[in-house]
Amino acid sequence: MATAEMRLLTPPLADRDILGLRAGDQVRFSGVLLTARDAAHKRLVAGLDAGQSLPIDLYGQVLYYVGPTPPRPGMVIGAAGPTTGGRMDAYASKLMALGLKGMIGKGGRSRAVREAMQQHGCVYFGAVGGAGALLSKYIRSAEVVAYADLGTEAVRRLVVEDFPGIVINDVYGNDLYEDGRRTYAR
Amino acid sequence: MRTIEAQQITDTVARLCMEANYHLGVDMLAAFDHALKTERSPAGREVLSMLKENARIARTERLPYCQDTGFVICFADVGQDLHINGGLLEDAINAGVRGGYTQGYLRASIVEGPFRRKNTGDNTPAVVHTQLVPGDRLCLRLMAKGGGCENRSQFKMCTPAEGLEGAKAFVLDCIQNAGPDACPPLIAGVGIGGTFEKAALLSKRALFRDIGTPNPDAELATLEHDLLNEANTLGIGPQGYGGDTTAFAIHINTYPCHIASLPVAVTIECHAHRHRQAIL
Ligand code: SF4
Repeated sequence: MATAEMRLLTPPLADRDILGLRAGDQVRFSGVLLTARDAAHKRLVAGLDAGQSLPIDLYGQVLYYVGPTPPRPGMVIGAAGPTTGGRMDAYASKLMALGLKGMIGKGGRSRAVREAMQQHGCVYFGAVGGAGALLSKYIRSAEVVAYADLGTEAVRRLVVEDFPGIVINDVYGNDLYEDGRRTYAR
Repeated sequence: MRTIEAQQITDTVARLCMEANYHLGVDMLAAFDHALKTERSPAGREVLSMLKENARIARTERLPYCQDTGFVICFADVGQDLHINGGLLEDAINAGVRGGYTQGYLRASIVEGPFRRKNTGDNTPAVVHTQLVPGDRLCLRLMAKGGGCENRSQFKMCTPAEGLEGAKAFVLDCIQNAGPDACPPLIAGVGIGGTFEKAALLSKRALFRDIGTPNPDAELATLEHDLLNEANTLGIGPQGYGGDTTAFAIHINTYPCHIASLPVAVTIECHAHRHRQAIL
């Protein structure tokens, strides 16, 4: 990370933002991130499959895979680190087809999803898994915008400032997890 | 016969749930510091520093270290000469989980059934393992077990012919397969021997030993040491960004086994290694 240049990203993202990113680049997000994890993905895609319009517009947006802890009174959000991206693989391609430009999670993605990322122009970012307390400090506001009944799994609109991430999969087929392992395996 | 009140168990469990989620153990903090000295990867060192800072914020602000505040696993070692008054042990533990997770602003992560996935709303029930032990005390060992890492836990029924080498290869395989998904640096709890379920329980109990303390069995201590060194040559590193710190520790428990069997269970645990114990 220390060697790569820091990129500032302010969603909604355009293709030119995406094309400039390479696996291993450090990024900082400022602006809106939408949250969704397992149950919200399931519902979003079920809606799509049934021909319904979605409660959120994903065009140009970045989805953060997170199920935060409840905030203490007076706080914006509780701990809010990423969950495993691979569990969203079953749904991700359909959301990319709607113009989703970024996903933030942790852990590897399937080959099919990585290929879809190249095809649709979408980047997968890693946030530090387990750093939920620290990452919550970059979140300025949080508002439930869909599926409130899902509790922690509801879709939230977060406004973040300098939220730290790293590019895991870029649109050129590079994968930081593979590169990292290759570099340091002995 | 000594008597304790169920309410005392409930209050204790509630406190342990909160403490475990806010306070990472000093053994883990020491492991971060040690890894910061040995890790070659700049990205890996940055992750480790972030985790240290995360632990500091969690501790000082009583904010959960990780948003996955876990499935509560409770090992209750009950002295045979102890009487619990005022309710069932398991109910008392679950009431404690309910209290701790609600009052502590911890996430409810449990759904009521594997297919009817409706959140129970208060993180109950816990997984309780009760064992009778000598004496008149109750020892509660509680762990908040993350889902992402638990999803990478595995079991293999090795054959006696595969032996030690087979068991070692399987443990390393588990760590390799867990890869970045289970939030490395990892801890592997390994149970070898017994039966299918015994091995799994041994692997969970193994996680309660402090990181950095050697296995009391010299042979197993050597095995743990060798496996840890090998795991840290895999290159996965902190968060899987590449590096030397893939695992902080490998802890092994063994048990006698059948002449036909060599069961090996590996519980994968992440750096959010949250556990607490109390003796009542
Ligand atoms: S694997 Fe551990 S650190 Fe990672 S999100 Fe789950 S509980 Fe948190």
